[in-house]
Amino acid sequence: MTTLLASFRIALRALMVNKMRSALTMLGIIIGVSAVIAMIAVGSGAKQRIEEQIASMGSNLLMIESGSTTSGGSHMGAGTAATLTVGDAKAIEKEVPGVKYVAPSIRGVAQVVYGNQNWSTGITGTSPEMIEIRGWSLSSGRPFTEQELDGAAKVCVLGKTVVDDLFGGIDPVGQIVRIKKIPFTVVGVLTPKGQTTWGQDQDDIIFVPLTTAQKQLFGQTFPGMVRNIAVQAWGPDDVKQVETQLKELLRQRHRIQPNQDNDFSVRNLTELMSSREESANVMSLLLGAIASISLIVGGIGIMNIMLVSVTERTREIGIRIAVGAKSRDILLQFLIESLVLSLMGGILGIGIGILGTVVLSSFTQWPTLFSIQAILLAFLFSGSVGVFFGFYPARKASLLNPIEALRYE
Amino acid sequence: MSNSEATDTLIQVQDLIKIYWFGEVEVHALRDVSLSIQRGDFVAIMGPSGSGKSTFMNILGFLDQPTHGQYLLEGINGERLSRDDLAEIRNRKIGFVFQGFNLLARTSALENVELPLIYARTSAHQRKENARRALVEVGLEGREHHHPSQLSGGEQQRVAIARALVNEPSILLADEPTGNLDSKTSEEIMAIFQRLNRDLGITIIMITHEPDIASVAKRNILFKDGTVVSDRNSAL
Repeated sequence: MTTLLASFRIALRALMVNKMRSALTMLGIIIGVSAVIAMIAVGSGAKQRIEEQIASMGSNLLMIESGSTTSGGSHMGAGTAATLTVGDAKAIEKEVPGVKYVAPSIRGVAQVVYGNQNWSTGITGTSPEMIEIRGWSLSSGRPFTEQELDGAAKVCVLGKTVVDDLFGGIDPVGQIVRIKKIPFTVVGVLTPKGQTTWGQDQDDIIFVPLTTAQKQLFGQTFPGMVRNIAVQAWGPDDVKQVETQLKELLRQRHRIQPNQDNDFSVRNLTELMSSREESANVMSLLLGAIASISLIVGGIGIMNIMLVSVTERTREIGIRIAVGAKSRDILLQFLIESLVLSLMGGILGIGIGILGTVVLSSFTQWPTLFSIQAILLAFLFSGSVGVFFGFYPARKASLLNPIEALRYE
Repeated sequence: MSNSEATDTLIQVQDLIKIYWFGEVEVHALRDVSLSIQRGDFVAIMGPSGSGKSTFMNILGFLDQPTHGQYLLEGINGERLSRDDLAEIRNRKIGFVFQGFNLLARTSALENVELPLIYARTSAHQRKENARRALVEVGLEGREHHHPSQLSGGEQQRVAIARALVNEPSILLADEPTGNLDSKTSEEIMAIFQRLNRDLGITIIMITHEPDIASVAKRNILFKDGTVVSDRNSAL
């Protein structure tokens, strides 16, 4: 142990003799390691953001949008024709196996008033299951009930943004707000979810019972119809089969001929997101690989300098062998020298990598994530680069002929 | 030769031959050298350059192996030993003093003397103590922390002698130890050698060009063309 410590001291002293050269050699490793750290941080940040989105969206989710109309041969966007009904939702729940929850909904924008405050926001009329499906939870109060849905009760659940804008500091549960001048009792407040990647505020939302929305708020626009139906399958393995079967069912119910297009569209949101996650993975792998290449180039720099160092110090090696150094002693001496170079470069690289990433993300607003594992990995990687590229020069030194080495000028 | 003398034989060399090949050319550096050296002797080896004396020294120092013949140091035959085994014998039994001093630059006198002890795995504390004592032995007390560049040629060579002594070797091999020194300093170095040989009983084998340096030794061996041409006790 003491000899190892002494070896590190000797190595450090040898490196101090050529400060500039050692620093430049280290620079290769510093750049490599800091690139690896930064790239992994950016990659895992993006991945984490996507994972959060998947979690906030709800899992195993299928979104049925009421259909696209055809006008003069060109398809209009989804939802331009109201084709889905509450009956469709009930049929899916009853007839398609593997379905956990079904929640039809309609949406509209309306002004909400509390006291002298007002706020315009999206109102979603839906069933209580929607809260489960989209993975919402309540920070206070309760969701509305099936009874309230059946009775078209004038109750609502508010998102955090709405609460902040209308109520300030007061607990809104039990208060009355006016939506389109109709009084609604606030029964619950949603736990905030934050923004989506595309910057949409998910908390700027109000949920009311579907029946209430149809009769009181948007009855005129979509009589008896719903805008979309959210379907949650029991597990990830059920999603595909549920999708196929509910398409079949809806085609039957809508009496669509085999050669006709669907008058609805189904989006598998989980699949969409996992493919995004996949591409984020590939992206971070690619970035990591490119960064690793610079680390390897840094390693070649170490090998180069160590070879020069061995040649310069041939006489010293000769003296050491003459007075009794074994091959292992010389090998270890030079290996430790290159290890010290690469590990010092590694530590500095980790520091600079973290600093650089923090600066980068503060300018670009990219999400970044540091993990102990990634930092440890970069440190170990730089160490193994030192050992790998230091081995050949060290071995060369350890096999020198002492007579020739002593004669070397 | 009496029995007591025979047991005190330190070096036994029998029919030593060393051949170097430079491509097609064969160079016979040593042709059939046989001799023995007793413990406590002080031998000067002389001869023109190319006479094989350096090759002989390298073999005696286990830095090189003979092509044919046998070399025994205290009964040890290096013939079949590995590179690392030879390093260990050099470390424990042989002290080297070179013409060019061969000290490590940017390293203090004390640390230079410690070097063989590092490879002998001596503890740090013991290393310091032994190295300090060896430096006192060669009269360099108070110079422990000077670097070679801060020392005169004579002082540097004395550091090298201390380094050669620190492991208490069986034999001290000196290759032209005064070759780079002026005559006054050379005399000082030879005085040290004489004292080490006389007072501490250390066996010394020394290569030299200069007859007056050789005359300090007890025995003079003259090499020519790879063989011993004369071997006699010194006139003194």
